[in-house]
Amino acid sequence: MVGRFGLTVWPATGYDYCPGGVCPLDGNSRTEASDPTMLQLTNIKKTFTEPGGGRLPILDIPRFRVDAGEQLALVGRSGSGKTTLLHTIAGISRPDSGVVEIDGTDITRLSEAVTDRFRAAKIGYIFQTFNLLPAFSALENVLLGMSFSRGRADEARARLLLDRVGLGHRLAHKPQMLSVGEKQRVAVARALANRPKLMLADEPTANVDARHQQQIIDLIVGACREENVALVLVTHATEVAEQFERLEHLDQLNQAVANV
Amino acid sequence: MSLWKIAWRSIQQRTLASSLTALSMALGVALVVAVLVIYGVVQSSFTRAAHGYDLIVGAKGGKLQLVLNTVFHLSQPIENIPWSYYKEFQPGGRFASRVEFAIPYCLGDNYEGYRVVGTIPEMFSAVEYAPGKHYEFSAGENFKKDNYFDAVVGSVVARRTGLKVGDHFAPTHGISAEKDGHKHDEFHVVGILAPTGTPNDRAVFVNIEGFLLLDGHAKPVPKEEKPAATAPAPDGSHAGEHDHAHEKAHDEHAHGGEEGDHPPAAGEAQTAKQADDEHAHAEHSHADEHAHGDEHAHADEHAHHHDHDHDHGHHHHHHEPLPENQREVTAVLVKSTLVGGLSLPRTINKEQYAQAVFPVQEIQMLFKGLLGNFQMLLFGLALLVVIVSGISIMVSIYNSMNDRRNDIAVMRALGASRSTVMAIILLESILLAVGGGVAGVLIGHGLIAALDPIIEAQTGIRIGFLKFEWVELVLIPALVVLAAVVGYLPAVVAYRTDVAGALSERP
Repeated sequence: MVGRFGLTVWPATGYDYCPGGVCPLDGNSRTEASDPTMLQLTNIKKTFTEPGGGRLPILDIPRFRVDAGEQLALVGRSGSGKTTLLHTIAGISRPDSGVVEIDGTDITRLSEAVTDRFRAAKIGYIFQTFNLLPAFSALENVLLGMSFSRGRADEARARLLLDRVGLGHRLAHKPQMLSVGEKQRVAVARALANRPKLMLADEPTANVDARHQQQIIDLIVGACREENVALVLVTHATEVAEQFERLEHLDQLNQAVANV
Repeated sequence: MSLWKIAWRSIQQRTLASSLTALSMALGVALVVAVLVIYGVVQSSFTRAAHGYDLIVGAKGGKLQLVLNTVFHLSQPIENIPWSYYKEFQPGGRFASRVEFAIPYCLGDNYEGYRVVGTIPEMFSAVEYAPGKHYEFSAGENFKKDNYFDAVVGSVVARRTGLKVGDHFAPTHGISAEKDGHKHDEFHVVGILAPTGTPNDRAVFVNIEGFLLLDGHAKPVPKEEKPAATAPAPDGSHAGEHDHAHEKAHDEHAHGGEEGDHPPAAGEAQTAKQADDEHAHAEHSHADEHAHGDEHAHADEHAHHHDHDHDHGHHHHHHEPLPENQREVTAVLVKSTLVGGLSLPRTINKEQYAQAVFPVQEIQMLFKGLLGNFQMLLFGLALLVVIVSGISIMVSIYNSMNDRRNDIAVMRALGASRSTVMAIILLESILLAVGGGVAGVLIGHGLIAALDPIIEAQTGIRIGFLKFEWVELVLIPALVVLAAVVGYLPAVVAYRTDVAGALSERP
């Protein structure tokens, strides 16, 4: 199959974020469609500039891989680069060097605009502080997640997702009218709105009381399993991390921290 | 969800700030609309006010003044021209072949501040007040030529004064309402004009014959001329006792003007001064009355004469017309023939007796010269208000950007591109500007509708709520452009939002 850029394109669904289903990358950036790898980081390095002008290494990850549908917990102490790593995987910030390959696409080689569309189509993101937009109702917050992908906002799916997280009766409620647990459930529904392949959850239970913590984890884990979404859940709560079959310690994974 | 809806939600999030910003835009646009509509309507109405005739002939003097007091019932009347000159436009006269009709116009009196015009019935039967529109009567009918003391009342005057068919009223000497002004004989209202949207709605029209017979309206003539010029006494009932002509002969001036050089007319050789010398009560003349506000003049005058003010209703039909050598008119409205129209004003203006002016030309010159600049000034100020309102939109959105960094970062994290968040901010600016603009158009027209009675009272022109100017069509696209310009700065801030940095900030 030849795309509009004259390149050979895999007939995988993984390119539907690109205009016409064609990715403007060269052939080297792709992996086999049958490859079970959903996320692969290779030699990721990222530094921040300190106020004095020096460079502070934040990320130095030689290799990190997550398979399709796999679920893992990533634990690390404060300042170990958890959020920076998730931002880098999501394409929100770019690494200084290295490859971030998601579903066969090296997103570090995409333009910013294409990365944005890729993120909307492939990645679900759950924030620690929920980050629901206060001007929008619960339903609209979920629809908003769909508005920036190429597909049309599917209100029926948004309603279904909210129903599944137990908020079918709170569709028109604004975030300020919802409890903390309800807000996080809306955030989960929003993250699932575009049928992502990869879910990134940044300490999703950090602001939730113990009673709701397990409900939220069950909800995220269950929903991702049901939709066959790979899950990378960052947490510093041991009781949460221990529930996952695969547990990664960022202190070991990230050489920038390990070497400190 | 569309970007419009996302932008609208942002506006709703800041209801008070957004409302105030839109309101300031609305007020600016309302000003623009009001200036545009009022000026447009006034201009077209003023030009239209002189419809139906193409020349105004009056005494030499200010052209604009002649137009103002003839067409718009404003300003002071100039001097008069003799009846003999008016007759030149009538069959047999020098100009007869060059005119379709000539309507005499006598000014100088008022009724409760509204101008009283002495004219002939053809004013309402021959003249169109607008293209294809003849005067109509909402009540009663046109006055008859032979009923000297009949009157027709403009629609605004009827509404404001309460005059109705069958009523009697006495005009007051002078062109504006004065408490102690000299009251004339009473006229009988026979018709109320239907609204025309012209200044004539706020005037009273009386039979010229009756008007000329009023106190002080006859031109003084030498005594020796009187027997020849004066018409025979009417069936013997008023001879010597109710002779207006005699009564007027000692007035220093004819109605509506100060002393001045009257154009020569047949049989007019003696000056008003000479006429005064012949009468013992010259000092009580009309001119003195009005020039000095001498109340006694009125009383004295009546002491000399009969009490005709009180029983006029019974003897109007017995009046004899004022002799021609004592008649004057303030102006003549002339509709010229197609061919003659070209040379007629030149001929008249070349002579010393009168001037002929094109009213439409004078009105347009007035607008272009004086009011055109005034309009530009008002329009410029209104535009300035709109621009300031636009800047307030920019300030309002810009100030909110700091609070919205997180929202923008979340949208970016959900997949919105930089240009998408930029577009959302621009749309927000456009919604505020256009929303305020539409409200402004409505407020502007509401304002005009509210001011309509005042404008009508002052100018006789009705505007109404739904009078739109084509320029208003440009307003909305112009506001979109303005909104895009003022929204650009905050939109760029949104564009440049550091997503990772904003998401890392803890609320």
